[in-house]
Amino acid sequence: MLKGRAFKFGDGISTDHIVPGRLLHLRSNLPELAKHVLEDADPTFAQRVKKGDFVVASKNFGLGSSREHAPLVIKVAGISAVLAKSVARIFFRNAINVGLPVLICDTDNIDDGDELEVDLKLGKISNLTNTTKLSFTQIPDIMLRILDEGGLIPYIKKHKDFTVPKT
Amino acid sequence: MGQTLAEKILSAKSDTEARAGHIVVAQVDLIFVQDSTGPLTLRQFNNTNLAVHNPKKTLLFLDHSAPSPDQELSNDHIFLRKFAKETGVVLSDIGDGVCHQLVAESWANPGDIILGADSHTVTTSALGAFATGMGSTDIAVAMALGKTWLRVPETIKVLVRGHWPKGVYGKDLILHLIGKIRADGATYKSLEFGGEGISALSMSERLTIANMAVEAGAKVGLFPSDKATQSYLREQGRGERYIPLAPDHNATYENIIEVDVSRLEPTVAKPHTVDNTTLVQELKGVGIEQVFIGTCTNGRLEDIAVATSILAGKKRHPRTRVIVAPASQKILLAALAKGYISSLVESGATIVPPGCAACLGVHQGVLGNGEACLSTSNRNFKGRMGNPEAFIYLASPATAAATAIRGEITDPREFL
Repeated sequence: MLKGRAFKFGDGISTDHIVPGRLLHLRSNLPELAKHVLEDADPTFAQRVKKGDFVVASKNFGLGSSREHAPLVIKVAGISAVLAKSVARIFFRNAINVGLPVLICDTDNIDDGDELEVDLKLGKISNLTNTTKLSFTQIPDIMLRILDEGGLIPYIKKHKDFTVPKT
Repeated sequence: MGQTLAEKILSAKSDTEARAGHIVVAQVDLIFVQDSTGPLTLRQFNNTNLAVHNPKKTLLFLDHSAPSPDQELSNDHIFLRKFAKETGVVLSDIGDGVCHQLVAESWANPGDIILGADSHTVTTSALGAFATGMGSTDIAVAMALGKTWLRVPETIKVLVRGHWPKGVYGKDLILHLIGKIRADGATYKSLEFGGEGISALSMSERLTIANMAVEAGAKVGLFPSDKATQSYLREQGRGERYIPLAPDHNATYENIIEVDVSRLEPTVAKPHTVDNTTLVQELKGVGIEQVFIGTCTNGRLEDIAVATSILAGKKRHPRTRVIVAPASQKILLAALAKGYISSLVESGATIVPPGCAACLGVHQGVLGNGEACLSTSNRNFKGRMGNPEAFIYLASPATAAATAIRGEITDPREFL
């Protein structure tokens, strides 16, 4: 069970908002880079966020560059999951590959600062502030299995190969 | 039932009958990273404790910070060069050019599966390759296994009809299309281009269009492999790698979008999103401090040629600096031989080395507070060119050159 506060963002938060190119020189220093996470969307976010909190966005979160540093610094900053109406393709794969859960759901019922409780196994989100419940769309089976192992590297170390159901 | 281009390529490479929605494991023909995503990729690769599956088809490009502007990035370059030396993978060092241009010039073939740790890997889907961007960990694992998993995408067909008017280019078409379907209009999907408006295009223009497919969220921006593909491959010295590739006439499309290019006009994306498009005519008089011509989107010889033809014999406006970055060493040499470079310098342009240059805000043209740049690149997100207090407009090289002369956004048809 994940529990924390919601930090609400709008549509079209790009990977440049999350880790801008001007900080390219910090990419081999993730703890330092994480101090700037989402800086161009909310300059105070990195100072306010606490371990376990949630990034809650609207449409097309994580569009743009393939930089995996984007989901990585979100994870390093202590965020337990990203909730969004939709996410960009590469960000989605990257997040799962580094073990950051991404939950696709209707985020309109979540306000900035709401207390949330997420049950990944049951697929349920409880908004403790306004006492509403949400469900999220199940991710493809292969991504679920990668997430269950904590990311793609541990998955490959254990399974040695990708296993997908025969079509 | 017929197949789309994406389904055909993925069927051949996964040894299944790939249909939209299936998950397949596909063989990968070419894998590459660049210097901003490469260090993390190689660290993740080292975590797998596996060897490089095919070093001869694994490439490292030093192009995003080239030459390096600071010590941290220089140390990243040392790490990449050392990895290449130890494992035998192919290194492309600073000054060689932008990864996507070099993959088009020397590596991509129709029917290939190409993975790059860079979102603009889609560029070489112009040659009929299933070329797509992924993050560092996916690329690290593909380097080790020689394969990856893919969800077979649904396809949106873009049927391009009509004759191209003067002053309108592939860049205007793709900006128009993204404005229409928006930045998430093709998320997880394949954009498949076709129609007589596409058959008429050179490979240079096709690469521009495919490059920006990802700005609509697409996984690939596939073009059929035809005469233009064949002559491009011949020019690059690998004509024997040509195979014709076309979708089946009865393929299933999620949607078909028709565009009549004869009705298109020079188009611009306004700050701060690529889908915030309008006509150049609507922005007349908007002052521009920097014009940037280059990148994997529009840094090819044809782009430099059209900019030179507009600027030749004229000076840049005193308020507007002009930065030109040829996309590869081959392009720089050809532009030198044709006299384009000396002409541009006489017009007041600053030439920077082949590479990504000012595109991503690291160096070679970072914007100041409140400044506006008209760029031929592919992204205008807030902060993209190194400063969240700056403004980026995206347009064709012709619009960029006309804007450089007037110092404000200008319709290139006034000079053609």
